[in-house]
Amino acid sequence: MPMRFATAIAKWLEDRTGLGAALTPILGHTVPRRTASFWYVFGSSTLALFALQVATGVCLALVYVPSADQAYQSLVYLNHGAHLGWFLRAAHFWGSNAMVLVLVVHMLQVFLFGAYKYPRELTWICGVFLLLCTLGMAFTGQVLRWDQDAYWGLGIGASIASRAPGIGPGLVHVLLGGPIIGGRTLSRFFTVHVFLVPALLMALLGLHLWLVLRLGVNEWPMPGRLVDRETYRKRYEEEVQRDGVPFFPLAARKDMIAMAAVVLAVLVCAALFGPHGPRGFPDPTVIDTAPRPDFFFLWLFALFALLPAWTETFILLVGPVVAIGFLVALPFLSGAGEKSWLRRPGSVLAALLILLAIGTLTGLGTTSPWSPLMDGWSATPVPPIYVKGRSALELRGALVLQFKQCRNCHSLGGEGGLRGPALDGVASRLTRDQLIRQVLQGGGNMPAYGKNLSPAEVTALVAFMQTLHPVDEPVARTAAGPLLGPR
Amino acid sequence: MCPNYEFATPASPSRRSFLFRLALALNGLALLLAGVPILGYLLGPLSRRAAQTWIDLGPVASFPERETRLAVYENPYRVVWDGATAKIACWVRRLEGDRFQVFAVNCAHLGCPVRWFPQSRLFMCPCHGGVYYEDGSRASGPPPRGLFEYEWAVRAGRLHVRGGQIPTLSEPV
Repeated sequence: MPMRFATAIAKWLEDRTGLGAALTPILGHTVPRRTASFWYVFGSSTLALFALQVATGVCLALVYVPSADQAYQSLVYLNHGAHLGWFLRAAHFWGSNAMVLVLVVHMLQVFLFGAYKYPRELTWICGVFLLLCTLGMAFTGQVLRWDQDAYWGLGIGASIASRAPGIGPGLVHVLLGGPIIGGRTLSRFFTVHVFLVPALLMALLGLHLWLVLRLGVNEWPMPGRLVDRETYRKRYEEEVQRDGVPFFPLAARKDMIAMAAVVLAVLVCAALFGPHGPRGFPDPTVIDTAPRPDFFFLWLFALFALLPAWTETFILLVGPVVAIGFLVALPFLSGAGEKSWLRRPGSVLAALLILLAIGTLTGLGTTSPWSPLMDGWSATPVPPIYVKGRSALELRGALVLQFKQCRNCHSLGGEGGLRGPALDGVASRLTRDQLIRQVLQGGGNMPAYGKNLSPAEVTALVAFMQTLHPVDEPVARTAAGPLLGPR
Repeated sequence: MCPNYEFATPASPSRRSFLFRLALALNGLALLLAGVPILGYLLGPLSRRAAQTWIDLGPVASFPERETRLAVYENPYRVVWDGATAKIACWVRRLEGDRFQVFAVNCAHLGCPVRWFPQSRLFMCPCHGGVYYEDGSRASGPPPRGLFEYEWAVRAGRLHVRGGQIPTLSEPV
């Protein structure tokens, strides 16, 4: 009886809405046989992660207070007070990381399989803007975590925007919602994160999926089978007719497995590692902070530190325009011809180079060797082995080295900053005169200490540094000096 | 089909096209009347009324000579819901007497907060390794210029600075 009742309801619903009749052909549409492959699951996996982000995001918005004076407390409450709030924050954070990651894998697969070529140009362009929307969500989401990283991250955003010639100041004011970071800024980013970009993202996503249905899933690329604008669509139709399989369930079951796998991975990460932040109360007068961006922007953070100063403004402003312009133009630059990555060595090399560059920069960003270790001078003492058996003058030098923040940039015994060279063994590289010159005048990224050290301090510091050499390597000396005896 | 369709309908072609044009015009007007205020509202932050004002940093005597101290003021552009972000810090260097230098804490490179080290008389930035001398000039690292300096004045024994906006390369304080 209940079964018959349910069938009756379903029948009534179908009669009034007609949704089943409309959706069945979509689910059952035929796709090329070989595309029912685990190589074709990254798009739907990104979609699953997006659905998870929407679900967790809506839940977080039930508690989060988008007001500069209470946002931080509401996040702390979510972490510790709200029932399961910590888990939803964690899932939203790990979901965002996973979404960026899987989206990039999807893009790589599409690029290497030549799926961006004729007639799927618009599908690719749509995807490029979906990537930009996702990165936009990542940045604005980081701002909503209203902590010290968010505050100073906004400062970095404003600093970059201000470099735009002519419109820089106006851009900063529109970005921050006023002349300075404050309550208006957070409200603005909240609106962008929960209304504007999601609406745009969903519209683009609809178009993206529509195009996939209309133009068909890209066939498995075969080396030597070239795309010809005149014949491609006819040939694709014929192949699908001859050897196609219904999308549901034959291809969809692999998509569904991948979708479940990524979502489960995110949930496991969330349960194991918990939520991220908030790190530090957003009080801009607490300047003892070292702001860091989230994982997906670490490579940019590294790039800002490593670009030569004279190229910086140009690359910051022109770089994104060129990169986005190139991605949009790509299907028109190489819209036909070879699809298989086996016959496109240049494309494979380019993709590998970009991946390697971003990977290396991200790796560097996690250690950020260019940043001074701000507490290096007070937290990393001179190793005992370097003070044993030293004279009074040399010991005084060790104190100068410690007290004048040298250790913020120079390491000893593997501890300290990495901005300058390690000082173990410095005496075998630089002569006494060179050491004095370097300390007084600086250069090569080192500030000049001439005005900040007394002559007695310089003498002691250099005397100590001259003891820093391996036992089997002598102290460096100038070739012009006497051959025998002490200098 | 009714052969007299044209005559049977009460609306003549000219009336129909008039109604259509009227509909277009009315919707255009509505779009304009809604769109202009929306655009104006969105671009509101562009008007910089009262962004820069003179701010009291306290009595001159609270800044020892030949020392650099962190001073805190309240952003004059604040709203009630700013919370702690209404507070802004700056570095005040008193040379001697009534001679001062007041620096923004924001690094000239990309705006991270620089820290003062009195022992080595240097400002260091924790983000990308910018370093400045005690007079604010660039010592090393990526910053394209020295620290941003506030305009300052001593009035009735109190130090005042002109501030209120985030210092950037295109709009130094």
